[in-house]
Amino acid sequence: MEFRQQTLDNGLEVVAECNPQAYSTAIAFFVKTGARDETPEIAGVSHFLEHMVFKGTATRTAEDVNRTLDEIGSHSNAFTSEEQTVFFATVLPEYQDAAVELLGDIMRPALREHDFDTEKQVILEEIAKYDDQPPFGANEKCMAAHFPQHPLGQSVLGTCDSVTALSADQMRSYFEERYSPQNMALVAAGNVNFDRLVEQASQSCGQWKPFPTQRATPRAQAHSGLEIVQNNAAHQEYVVQIANGPAAEDSNRYAGRLLATILGDDSGSRLFWELVDTGLAEYASVAAYEFQGTGIFMTFLCCAPGDTSRNLERVREIESELESGGVRLEELQQAQNKISAHLILQSERSTNRMFSVGNHWIQRHEYRTVRDIINAYQEVNCDQLAKLIQQYPLSASTTIVVGPHAELAPSRLAIAKNN
Amino acid sequence: MPWLESVAFAMLLPAGVRYDPDNRAGLANMTCEMVQRGCGDRNSRQFVEDLENLGVDRSASVSNAHTSFGGAMPAEKLGMALQIYADLVQRPLLPTEQIEDSRQVCLHEIRAVDDDPAQKAMQELRNRHYGEPYGKATQGTFAAVENISISDVQSHVDATYQPGGAILSVAGKFDWDELRKQVEELFGDWQVRPTSSITKKSGAGGYIHLEHDSSQTHIAIAYPSVPYSDPQYYQARGAVGVLSDGMSSRLFDEVREKRGLCYTVHAHCHSFRDRGSVICYSGTTTERAQETLDVLLGELTRLSEGIRQEELNRLKARIKSALIMQQESSAARSGSIAADWYYLERIQTLEEIGGIIDDLSCDSINAYLAEHPPADFTIVTLGEKQLEIPLGIPSANAR
Repeated sequence: MEFRQQTLDNGLEVVAECNPQAYSTAIAFFVKTGARDETPEIAGVSHFLEHMVFKGTATRTAEDVNRTLDEIGSHSNAFTSEEQTVFFATVLPEYQDAAVELLGDIMRPALREHDFDTEKQVILEEIAKYDDQPPFGANEKCMAAHFPQHPLGQSVLGTCDSVTALSADQMRSYFEERYSPQNMALVAAGNVNFDRLVEQASQSCGQWKPFPTQRATPRAQAHSGLEIVQNNAAHQEYVVQIANGPAAEDSNRYAGRLLATILGDDSGSRLFWELVDTGLAEYASVAAYEFQGTGIFMTFLCCAPGDTSRNLERVREIESELESGGVRLEELQQAQNKISAHLILQSERSTNRMFSVGNHWIQRHEYRTVRDIINAYQEVNCDQLAKLIQQYPLSASTTIVVGPHAELAPSRLAIAKNN
Repeated sequence: MPWLESVAFAMLLPAGVRYDPDNRAGLANMTCEMVQRGCGDRNSRQFVEDLENLGVDRSASVSNAHTSFGGAMPAEKLGMALQIYADLVQRPLLPTEQIEDSRQVCLHEIRAVDDDPAQKAMQELRNRHYGEPYGKATQGTFAAVENISISDVQSHVDATYQPGGAILSVAGKFDWDELRKQVEELFGDWQVRPTSSITKKSGAGGYIHLEHDSSQTHIAIAYPSVPYSDPQYYQARGAVGVLSDGMSSRLFDEVREKRGLCYTVHAHCHSFRDRGSVICYSGTTTERAQETLDVLLGELTRLSEGIRQEELNRLKARIKSALIMQQESSAARSGSIAADWYYLERIQTLEEIGGIIDDLSCDSINAYLAEHPPADFTIVTLGEKQLEIPLGIPSANAR
C-alpha cells in the first residue's frame, strides 16, 4: 500500500492509494462544488450539472459516454452533496487508462441545449420521487430551518420552480466558475498504475485553464425551533433534528462520530434501547456530518402519529442524561470496536478506499491510512466526549416534523404505558 | 479468500414467510425479531453488546423461503460469532415480557410500507403475479400481527428453526478443518423435524390500479421466466441484462435518456426454486405515466425480436467485472454461495460462471427469446390515475 501524489501544471491534483494486490481500480473526480456554492436563483444547478456531465462532450454524444462506461465493464455513478460533486468509476485494472480518459473527457461537458431540456425532465422526476417517499423532504426542510441565511441551508436537488426556471446559460456560467482544475482532484485507489494515471491525466486534463474559485464559509448560528409540516400522504410522523457539531477541519470530529454512535447508532445505542427495541419508534438514530466551517448532529425519528411528543421528550431526556452524566467507558469501547471493524470491512473494496482518500484530500488536504483512522478513534477518551457534549449541546436544536397532522397530538401510548 | 482480513457467514433457515398461516401473516417476521432478544445465557442487551464488541456487521431478514442471519467480521472473530448464532437458532430465550415490544416493531414495518408507494406497488405485483404463498408480503397484516402470541412464536421456532433445509455458508479468511470441527460441535445435536407444508393458490394476474395520493405514478410489471436452476437461466439473464444492466441498456436509454420520462427504471430476474419471473419498475409523474408504460411494454415486447452482438459484448464485460469484484467482499460471496446451495444444491465457482458467460451468444439468447417471448404481463399501477392497458390484458378495475 503506497500513497502517491502529484500536481499538474494547471493545479489539478492527482492522488492515489496504490495497492497492487487489489482486484479492481477505483477512479474519481472530486469537484469542490455543491449546493452551498449556489445562489437561490440557481438552486439545484450543481446536481443538475452532475447529470449533464454524462450527456456528452465536444467529441462524444450521451450515448457514446454510456456505451463506453458499459464496454469497459465499469461500475460508475456520481453524486452531489452540499460541498462536493463526485464522478466515479470502478473497473478492472486493465481498463484504468480507458476509464481515466473517459472521466477526464466528460469533465469538460458540451452542455447542449437539447440534452439540457430532456435531462431537466429527469431532474423533475427525481424531485417528484423524493416527494413521494419518507421522510417527505424533512431532511432538507430541517437544513433550511437550521441554516437560515447560510449557504448550507440550500437544498441539493433544488425545487421544481428553481429547476424549471434554470437556463443552460446559467449552468454554463456556473460551470465556468466552479470546475477549475484547482478546484478538483483526480483520486484513485486499489490496483492503480500511478505513473500511467499521471500521464493520462496530463493528456486528458493538462490543457484545462485554471482560474481561482471562492467559497463562502460563514460560521453557523446556533438556532432552536420546532416546525410542523402537514403532509396528507404520510401515515407516520417523521422528525429530523439538527444541532451543531464539529466541523470537517476539527480534530474533535472523531469524538463527534463516536458520540453519534453511542447515542444513536441503528443498534446497541441509547436511543435504540429506549425507543426502537421497545417498539416506541420505527427508527431513532443520530449521525454526525462535517462541513467546512461547521458540522452537525442529525437525529432522525419516525413513529406513529400521536407518539411523537412523548418520543421527543424521551430523546430530550436521553440527551440531558448525556449532558449531565457523560458516557461510560464500556459504551465508548463498544462504539470504538464497532467503528473499527466496520472500517476494516469497508476498506476491502477499492471503491470505498477511493471515497475515503478523496474525502480526506478534498476536505483537509491530507492522506490517512485505515490504520491512522482507526487509531484516531481509539485515542478518544471519555473526558474528551464529556467536553464535546458541553461544547455542542444537543438540546440547542432545530426540529422539523412531517406527518399527517398539523399539530403534535398528545401521546395515547405514553398514557397507557404510565398506567 | 485468504487475501481478505474478513470473513462472513450466512445462515438460511427454512422459516420463510411462505409457512405463515393466513391468520398469523407476519409470524416469521415477528419470530425473527423475537429470537434476537436473547439466546443461550445472553439476554437481549448482552447479545447485541457481545456481537458489536466482536465487530460483527450483522443482518437478519425474512424472505419467502427463508429466515436468514448473516454477519461479516474481522477474520479472527468467526468462532465466537458462530457460538452466539448457534444459541440463537437452537436456544432463543423468547422473553415473554418483550412480545409487545416486538409486536410494535413489526407493526411499524407494516406502516412503513404504507408510506412507501414504490414498495407498496411491488408488493401488490408479487401478490397478483405469484399468488400464494410465493407472493406473500413479509411483514404480514395488521390484524394478524395483532393476534400473534408467544406460543405462536414458540411453535414457529420449534417447527422451522431446524437443520433440515438449513444452510450455513462461510466465505473469506478461515481454516476449513477448524470450521468444520466447530460447526460439528455447535450444531451436531440439532434435531431435524419434518418440513412444514404450504398451500398454493395462483395469482389473479392482469392489471390493477391502486388509488394513491402521490406525486408519481408507480408502475410495476411482471412476466414469467425460467428459474435460476433452469439450464436456460443465463439466456434469460442475458436478455434481461440487455434490457436493464448499465447505462447503455435499453430501458435506461429509451425511457430515461432519450425521453426523460423517469428517474428510476429497471428490470431484474427473480427466482424461486421451481419458478422465475422478470420484474420491472418505473416511477414517473402522473401526466407522463401513460407514455412511460407504453414505452416500457414496447421495449419488453421488442425484446423477442432479438438482441445485438454489441449489446451482448457490453453485458459480458459488466458481468465479468462484477464477478471479479465479488472477490473483494466476503459478505457478497457468502451470500451467493448460500443461494447457489439452495437453488442448485452445489456451488458454482466464479470461473464456472465466467465460462458460462463466455459461452453466451446472440444466437443462443435469441433462440431462447423466440421460444419464451415476454408475455402474460401482470401490471400494477399506483398513483392518481388509472392507465390504458393494451388489449388482451384483463383489468380488475371497473371503468
